[in-house]
Amino acid sequence: MRLSLLALLAKEPAHGYELKQALEQIFGRAYPSPNIGQIYVTLGRLEKDGLVKAVDVEQSNRPNKKVYYLTAKGREALDAWADEPTEGPRVRDEFFMKLVLAPMTGIADRTALINRQRRHYLALMRDLNELAERTDRGDRVALLLIEGAMLHLQADLDWLERCQEDLP
Amino acid sequence: MSPPPIVNTVNLVRIYQDGGVPVPAVRGVDLKVEAGEFVAIMGPSGSGKSTLVHMLGGLDARTSGEIWLDGSRVDTLSESAWALLRRRKIGFVFQFFNLVANMTVADNVELPALLAGASPREARERREYLLGELGLADRADAAPAQLAGGEQQRVALARALANRPSLLLADEPTGNLDSRNTRDVLRLLGEVHRDGQTIILVTHDARVASLADRVVSLLDGQIVDDGAVGPVRRRPRASAGDVVELRS
Repeated sequence: MRLSLLALLAKEPAHGYELKQALEQIFGRAYPSPNIGQIYVTLGRLEKDGLVKAVDVEQSNRPNKKVYYLTAKGREALDAWADEPTEGPRVRDEFFMKLVLAPMTGIADRTALINRQRRHYLALMRDLNELAERTDRGDRVALLLIEGAMLHLQADLDWLERCQEDLP
Repeated sequence: MSPPPIVNTVNLVRIYQDGGVPVPAVRGVDLKVEAGEFVAIMGPSGSGKSTLVHMLGGLDARTSGEIWLDGSRVDTLSESAWALLRRRKIGFVFQFFNLVANMTVADNVELPALLAGASPREARERREYLLGELGLADRADAAPAQLAGGEQQRVALARALANRPSLLLADEPTGNLDSRNTRDVLRLLGEVHRDGQTIILVTHDARVASLADRVVSLLDGQIVDDGAVGPVRRRPRASAGDVVELRS
């Protein structure tokens, strides 16, 4: 979350609750809503590292609020993040370990493992279908996130078929 | 007495000859599908999926075994009897759409209903509904050649459903579609299924398969798994976002 907060602060200074609202509004229901405590902890760490600074703003009838803004060092960190390619997803090796090792050790049958895993992936896909149906058509960010999750799941299923074909 | 299953195959076998060498494509499949069921058939390429649904539609002949549709034995029918049966009872969506080139989209979709004895008005209303659902209402007067591949495939689906067939057979019905068009097809399949349409389709697409009541997995011409897509086994979701988070 560090870098998404920095990115939001590069747009304009904000206090913790505004950052939470901005994340919710941008990513919609397809992304887990951030916990406000987590946001304050992250802001505290960013401040300690000199990437953001905070000023107290007085409010009538309420305690002061801390408004955060990006420092030059924070801007550099953000630029470095933007300039780097992002790590790709890796193969889900836990299932593969099971698949290769289980028959050798006699704890499970390979066909049964593959069948169970396929049904599980399809059940996850059904959830994603329903999530996509419930998501507003205009919410492009959320829909793309869901579509990305679907494409990964499809790749997992295709790979499962390859395992089924090529493992004796 | 309960009604017979819509589809029942008994020890169904298909062996092709490849230069004198027998190549088994389907090796002893017993498959029963009840009225109103939605069954997805999955499996690696070469596992016999397409051969199986082609045999169910009478488009490929079995080597041995039996096929029963709606309580009647059909594997022994002549080609012309199959053609009549398809016109009355079966809608088929092919991987390549087989639309009639010199007819408009609207006529392609209305034809099966008219052949089956629907009135022109019924045929037109059904066509308008189906093309509308598939986002193709404004393409009704186009010729198939004027359509993109994904549009032709959706027209083929509309045509297969025009007749409200007892059985919809489809071979990779979303194979040429982008994700938005796939969504339209999924929505329509879900809708006709809720209205009682029996569906058997071959698919690689997990979005399509996850809609089915039942997934049959083939490997080397045999059924290796046959069962319902169950609920996701994990803690109840706090928010919808968890699904995506789990995958990221």
